[in-house]
Amino acid sequence: MEANAIQDSGLFRPVTPGGEVIKMSEKRAHALAVEPKFKCRDVRVFYGATEALHGIDMDIENTGVTALIGPSGCGKSTFLRVFNRMNDTIPNARVTGDILMDGENIYDKKIDPVLLRARVGMVFQKPNPFPKSIYDNVAYGPRIHGLATKKNDLNEIVETSLQKAGLWNEVKDRLKDPGTSLSGGQQQRLVIARAIAVSPEVILMDEPASALDPIATAKLEELIDELKEKFCIVIVTHSMAQAARVSQKTAFFHLGDLVEYDDTEVIFKNPKDQRTQDYITGRTG
Amino acid sequence: MTLISAALLAAVIMAAFIFGRGLAFSRGGAFSASGVSGRAHSLPAYHGYFAAWAVGVATILAAFIGWMLRDTIGFEVVAILVIVTAGAGFVVCHQLINPDFRARNFVETFVKMALFLCSGVAVLTTFGIVLSLVFESLRFFEQVPLLDFLTGLQWSPQTALREDQAGQSGAFGAVPIFTGTFMIMGVAMFVAAPIGLLIAVYLSEYASKCTRALVKPIIEILAGVPTVVYGFFALLTVGPAIRGFAESFGFSVPTQSAIAAGSVMGVMIIPFISSLSDDVINAVPQTLRDGSYALGATRSETMTKVIFPAALPGIIGALLLAISRAIGETMIVVMAAGRAANLTGNPFEAVTTVTVQIVSLLTGDQEFDSAKTLAAFALGLVLFVITLALNVVALLIVRKYRERYE
Amino acid sequence: MSSSPTGISIHQSDRALKRLKVRKAKEARFRMCGIGAVVAAVTMLGWLLVSIVGTGYTAFYQHYLTIDVELTESVIDPTGARDPDELRKANFRKIIQEAIYDRFPTVTERREKSELFKIVSASGATNQARQMVYNDPTLVGKTLTITVPTSDDVDQLLKGYIDRDAPENRRKISNKQIVWVDALTETGEIKSKFNTTFFTATDSRDPELAGIAGAVVGSLMALFVAFAVSVPVGVGAAVYLEEFAPQNRFTDFVEININNLAAVPSIVFGLLGLAVFLNFFGMPRSAPLVGGLVLALMTLPTIIIATRSALRAVSPSIVDGALSLGASHTQAVFHHKVPLAAPGILTGSIIGIAQALGETAPLLMIGMVAFVTEIPSGLTEPASALPVQIFLWSDSAERAWAERTSAAIIVLLSVLICMNALAIFLRSRLERRW
Repeated sequence: MEANAIQDSGLFRPVTPGGEVIKMSEKRAHALAVEPKFKCRDVRVFYGATEALHGIDMDIENTGVTALIGPSGCGKSTFLRVFNRMNDTIPNARVTGDILMDGENIYDKKIDPVLLRARVGMVFQKPNPFPKSIYDNVAYGPRIHGLATKKNDLNEIVETSLQKAGLWNEVKDRLKDPGTSLSGGQQQRLVIARAIAVSPEVILMDEPASALDPIATAKLEELIDELKEKFCIVIVTHSMAQAARVSQKTAFFHLGDLVEYDDTEVIFKNPKDQRTQDYITGRTG
Repeated sequence: MTLISAALLAAVIMAAFIFGRGLAFSRGGAFSASGVSGRAHSLPAYHGYFAAWAVGVATILAAFIGWMLRDTIGFEVVAILVIVTAGAGFVVCHQLINPDFRARNFVETFVKMALFLCSGVAVLTTFGIVLSLVFESLRFFEQVPLLDFLTGLQWSPQTALREDQAGQSGAFGAVPIFTGTFMIMGVAMFVAAPIGLLIAVYLSEYASKCTRALVKPIIEILAGVPTVVYGFFALLTVGPAIRGFAESFGFSVPTQSAIAAGSVMGVMIIPFISSLSDDVINAVPQTLRDGSYALGATRSETMTKVIFPAALPGIIGALLLAISRAIGETMIVVMAAGRAANLTGNPFEAVTTVTVQIVSLLTGDQEFDSAKTLAAFALGLVLFVITLALNVVALLIVRKYRERYE
Repeated sequence: MSSSPTGISIHQSDRALKRLKVRKAKEARFRMCGIGAVVAAVTMLGWLLVSIVGTGYTAFYQHYLTIDVELTESVIDPTGARDPDELRKANFRKIIQEAIYDRFPTVTERREKSELFKIVSASGATNQARQMVYNDPTLVGKTLTITVPTSDDVDQLLKGYIDRDAPENRRKISNKQIVWVDALTETGEIKSKFNTTFFTATDSRDPELAGIAGAVVGSLMALFVAFAVSVPVGVGAAVYLEEFAPQNRFTDFVEININNLAAVPSIVFGLLGLAVFLNFFGMPRSAPLVGGLVLALMTLPTIIIATRSALRAVSPSIVDGALSLGASHTQAVFHHKVPLAAPGILTGSIIGIAQALGETAPLLMIGMVAFVTEIPSGLTEPASALPVQIFLWSDSAERAWAERTSAAIIVLLSVLICMNALAIFLRSRLERRW
């Protein structure tokens, strides 16, 4: 597909929600449309002198859900934190190799991690709403990034974000209540709404359901399924069933290595590697 | 004399110990040489401790009672009384010690009682403080009405000493003292609160491990400097520096002023605020920081918009404790704030504080019953009540805050 | 509001980038504020230390005049009896005056003579000569070479603190005195030496004769009492609360009590000492015993809190192990837990005692603020303490006093630093890890 054709087709609109047209080369526009969202080449992460990831090569698709699975301590969470440079906040942590997002190396000196994290949102294992009201939790990101100039705009962002996170109906009458007053599942969806409100391109999820009960987990998975239409989602999960349910692509990590990466169906039905086979069938882990 | 008595007492107690232990060894084959046996309840040493305790307590008690009565019964009788009591103690031990005697349980009960009494000392101290302050203050308020003390605008305790001064109530109006105290506290907090908080923020959020390890002890040195040193620093260096600085702008400021004392006190309080706030900020869960960073917030945004509000109760607690510390601080103000009870709102003037007045009322020649010296206890009571209230509130807030994140 | 999966982020628009710049600048400012605060605090500490060391280090040396003194028999011992009591009362002042006037025979006028005599420390020189003759009466009639401290003004002049170019009536030393002093310095008769007086003498009205020995001994005595009382009681209370206390209202009350006691202003402890120890029990005023007791009560909370956290840091499995071997609870605690917590207890005690060493206010309340010219010989004798001595000296305006006050502070701070260093050393050395 030619870049023009893509633009014409309306699949790609280099226009911000505020109506600003973004200038860019045809080539870049083309790259954005068809290239993988992330290209990782020989990614290694060190904690002090220990190497936690041993040279990962992996492309993350522009659309859909990519699941990272593997036994505890295999480096899948570490790898996830590479994409929004959260490892920067850990003292002693060091990342080498190339991670290209839309063709740009995100570890380049000129890339600002603050800006990167606005584009790559993250949801954590344990829901971590700020000790503020539900409204302020969601409005926090838009406020710091200056996404709304008027009060009404901000209200709208909060409402649509909460709607997208499937939480609006539950909280619309109690936006002033503290975020911590919600149940665990609601808190996790609030945190997702908070991430969506910043308008990221990618949402990283680090075992988002591990602290939730089965019903809340089911709701969350439903939500992920809806969100994948609009965002590129990378999810780390302990539960193979969850990976099978929500993801289109699955990567299996073992001891800091990427063992196998393929369509989810292939991984679960026809794994090529013995280690993947053992993990899937519950022989290791 | 005292030394000899003490040595004698120690000798008697030692003898009792050896006596008790020896007796335990010698009473039949129940105690083996190693002190372990199937039948005896306690090790010989416990019998020794028991004997030492029994003889010791009896002797000390006898000596104490004898000492109280020495004038009526005479020294010889006292000596005989003590010797007889000690002897009786030995006889009782001789009767009691046998393999079935539960010497260890006795000794352990005594030990526990002694420990209990130790913890009682803390309570006694508080009672002592409250009772002495309240008692002396009541005597003061018999002479000066409470209302006059709390609302009077004139403080000149010296005049009350004069016999012919009938209407002395006007001289004990403590309002100028309270305003002076709060002004100096205000200046101190004005210096210490922002600097202390910023240091805490910098050390917990920005500084590398290495910087932290270097800077934290340096800041804590400030807390270890005795207050008399700060007072001298204020008097010798800071006061003249402020005066010189003001003179260069054409103002005249005395060397002893609220601003000199207050700012040096602020420096003293900095480590107090910074280390308490540091604890509080570190108690905010890392997940909140991660959540904020993951949304693309900068460190300062995370700090001011997420961590600071979350830590606010704890920080308020820390500030209250610092205020209590500032109000109770004595030496800096005694040396650098002046003694004149000015009712003024100008920090560049000399003011006086509660603690300064306590010191100046109670040092030098004094008769204990004059309103002048009793006034010091009334001021002490006010000081104690205010600091106690601040501490209780601060500790409650901090505790509640801790519970929230534990 | 969000972009499509293939869209470009709103975060890369020009507006967002511009905003990012503003945010980055804010971030940098905030960071600078933090650094500024640290720098401010460190600067204040530095300023304090520099100002005190800068003022005080010159007190560690002092200028002395070496002079030949003729011990004329007709002045000291006109009867010739060599009676020690008579010798003690003799007019040594005249002897010293004569010696100095002999050194400058050209000075004849009465006023000039009196100026000349002011070069030496009058009481310092007379006392020294008197002591020597008293110790050895055979010296009478002989000529003796003695080294006496110069007066504080001369000392300050030679240390460079008196401006020689200032108008004569605005400095404490006259033009003629300067000429004499310079002459004596030229010939080496005035020399600067290490100031041993400062470490061996007690308080005095003359700065050149004042020392900290009395105050140091007073402080040591008070600290000894404080240590002897507060450590056993504090450790006992902590062991009780941590190991034996039942969970009830009384225990809660004691705990709240201790926490509040830790924050009671020190001057209130002084009031307690005044009302209870002095007025109620009738203990002597100004005595290190009372000072020590007050400091002990003040230190108690610190020691209790430190001991409790040290006990808590010992793994409970140790006690369980001892109990399983048939030890009683008391045995388990005293044989195993307390010894393992000892380093922490020791460290806490040293830090508590170091705090007590620097305390001044409560000592003022119980009268340890008197002018004491003898080294206290017992716990009930009137005494001063080092911080109180600093407070007393700080009141005098003369440069010579400021110098000595700063020097006393240097000594106090050095001792405190040593104590804290010892505490840190012990903690790192004795700490057991499991």
